[in-house]
Amino acid sequence: MIVEAIEILFATSLWAAAVRIASPLIFATLGELICERAGVLNLGIEGIMTAGAFAGWLTVYAGGDLWLGVLVAALVGAAFGLLHGTLVVPLGLSQHVTGIGITLLASSLTYYSYRLLFPKVTSPPRIAPFEPLAIPLLSGIPGLGDILFRQTPLTYLAFILVAVVAYGLYRTPLGLAVRTVGENPAAVEAQGIDVTLLRLGSVMAGSALMAVGGAFLTMSAFPAFFFQMVNGRGWICIALVVFGSWRPGKALLGALLFGLFDAYQLRLQQLAGAFVPYQLFLMLPYVLSIIALIAMSRRAAYPRALMVPYRKGER
Amino acid sequence: MRLEPRSGASPTAAVLAPLGALGVSLLIGGALVMWSGASALNTFALVLRGAAGSQFALLETLTRATPLIFTGLAAAVAFRAKLWNIGGEGQLYIGAVLTAVLGTGLLPLPAPILVPILLLAGAIGGALTLLGPTLLKNRFGVDEVVTTLLLNFIVVLLVSLLLDGPLKDPMGLGWPQSPKVIPDAALPKLVQGKRLHAGFLLAVAAALAVWFVNARTTLGYEMRAVGHNPRAARFLGMPVDAVLLKTALLSGGLAGLAGVSEVTGLKGNLTLDLSPGFGYSGIVVAMLAMLHPLGVIAAAIFVAGMFVGADAMSRSAGVPNYIADVMVATSLLTMVVAMMFTRFRLRWR
Repeated sequence: MIVEAIEILFATSLWAAAVRIASPLIFATLGELICERAGVLNLGIEGIMTAGAFAGWLTVYAGGDLWLGVLVAALVGAAFGLLHGTLVVPLGLSQHVTGIGITLLASSLTYYSYRLLFPKVTSPPRIAPFEPLAIPLLSGIPGLGDILFRQTPLTYLAFILVAVVAYGLYRTPLGLAVRTVGENPAAVEAQGIDVTLLRLGSVMAGSALMAVGGAFLTMSAFPAFFFQMVNGRGWICIALVVFGSWRPGKALLGALLFGLFDAYQLRLQQLAGAFVPYQLFLMLPYVLSIIALIAMSRRAAYPRALMVPYRKGER
Repeated sequence: MRLEPRSGASPTAAVLAPLGALGVSLLIGGALVMWSGASALNTFALVLRGAAGSQFALLETLTRATPLIFTGLAAAVAFRAKLWNIGGEGQLYIGAVLTAVLGTGLLPLPAPILVPILLLAGAIGGALTLLGPTLLKNRFGVDEVVTTLLLNFIVVLLVSLLLDGPLKDPMGLGWPQSPKVIPDAALPKLVQGKRLHAGFLLAVAAALAVWFVNARTTLGYEMRAVGHNPRAARFLGMPVDAVLLKTALLSGGLAGLAGVSEVTGLKGNLTLDLSPGFGYSGIVVAMLAMLHPLGVIAAAIFVAGMFVGADAMSRSAGVPNYIADVMVATSLLTMVVAMMFTRFRLRWR
C-alpha cells in the first residue's frame, strides 16, 4: 500500500489535478494580495467567491457566453469590493467586522437569489462549462504537457494574471503607489495621489479577482452551483497570502503546493478510505493552512499600514 | 466631505443611529421581497406574526435566541478586547461533543450534579478551543481571525468523524447522530409541553455575569484597556498577553455553553445540523448590541425573531427564508456605520 501511495505521486493525473484545484485559489489569493498590499484586509473573500460562482454560472445559464459570465462575475465582485472599500476606507470602519459582514451579505444574497430563481429544483441545473484546451505544440511535451497545457482557458488566465499582477505591482508607477499606500499612505498623499481612491480601486480590483476565482468553481470545475460550494476556500486564500509573503510568485507556489496536497489526499482517500476515516483527509487542507501560517509567522512582513484607516492630517 | 470626531457623546445620535440602521435594513429587505413579487408590507407583517404573533411564536423565538445569547456574548467579550474570535461555531460544537460524550450514560449521576458537570465540561472545551488560536496570536503573531475560521471547518469535520464512529447511535438507523442524553442530563422545560428550556435562563444569567465582569472587575477594565490600545496597556504594565488569554477562556467558554444548552435543552442529541450558523450569527448579535452584554439579550431575541418569523413567513408566502440571513447581514453592516456616526460627524467641507 505504501508503494501504491508513492506511485500516485508519479501519475501525471495527480499533477494535472493539482493545477486544476489550485486555479480558483490563484485568482482569489491574487485578489486578496492586491487588497492587502493596498492596506485593506478583505474578509469578504468567502462571500465574494460565492457570489462570483453564482453570477458567472447564472449568466451562462441565462444564455450568455462563458467569457461574459466571467466578466459578470468580476463586476459583481467589484461591486462588493466597492461596498467593502467604502465602509473601511473613507469611513474607516473595522476591517474585521465589515469583512465578515460582507461575507454574510454576499453569501445570503446569493442563496436568496438562487432559491428565488430556482424554487423547486431537486438537482442543480447544469451549464456547458469551459472545456480543456490543448495548447498546440506545448501540450505535446511528455508529462509537462498533460499537466500544464491541457487545462481550461480559465486556468491559463490564472497563470497569466500572476505575471500581470507581479509586473503591475513591481514594474509600474501604479503598482509602486499601491505597494506604498499599504506601507505608508502619507507618503502617497505627499505625491499628490488620492489615498482613498487608490485603496478603493485596489479593493475593487482584488474583489473582482476573488469573484472570478469563485466563478472557476461553477464554470470550469463543476457545471453547476451548489450551496456551501466555496467551503472555506476564501479563508484558505487568506492563509496563502501570508504564506506567499504578499508576493504573487510565492503565492502561486503556495496555491500549487496546496493543490498538490489536496489532489494527493483525494487519491489517498480512495486508497486508505477503508482504514482511515475520510474526514481526517478533508481536515488536512485546513490543518495545513494553519501550519503554514505558524511556519511563516516569523518571516511574515505584514504591509505596515494593513488595517490602519487613513484620515487626512491625522497622525 | 470628511469625517470629524464629535467632541462629546451625542444622545440624539445614539438613539437615531440604530433606528436609521434598522430603517435602511428594512428598505433593502423590502426591495428584495418585492423582487420576489410579494408585497413587502404583507411579508414583514407575516415575519412579525411568525416571530411574536402568538404564545407559540414568542416561545419559539426565545428558544432560538438562547444559543444566540451565548454566542453573542462570546463575540462581545472577545471583540471588546479586540480578540477577533470568529470561531464561535467550532467552540459551540466542541461543547456539544463533550455533552454527547459525558451525558449519554458515561456519568450516571443525578441531575443536580450531572448538569453542572456538563456545563463546566462544555465551557472548558470551548475555552480550550479558543486558547490555541490565542496562544498562536500571542506567541507568533498569527492572525486569530483566520485560525479560528479554519478551526470551525476542522471541528465540524471532527464532529462528522465522531458521529460516524465512536459517538454514533447504534439505534440511529445509520443516521449520523449520537444517542440521546440520559434524562438526568436534560435541562427542564420552562413551559410544560413547549420547547423553551432552562438554557434560556442560563443564557440570561451568563449575560448578567459578563456585565458584572465588564463593569465591576479588574479583568473587565483590563479587557477594555487592551482592546482600546494594547500598546498603551502594555506600557502601563498590564499583562496584555495574560488578559487576552483570560478573555479567550471566557469567550470560548460562553460559546461552548451554547452547544451544551442546545443538546441538553433542545435537541437531546448531537447531530451535524445542531447549529445553523449560531456562531456566525453571534457576531452580528454582538455588534447589534454594541458589545454590551445586556444588549446582547435584546439583540439575540431580535435576530432569533427574524429567523423564526422568516421561516414561518416562507411557509405561507413563499418568499425564500434566506431573506432573514440577508436582513441580519445588512443590519450588521448598517449598524457598524451607525455606530461610527455616534462618534463622528459628517462635514461637507
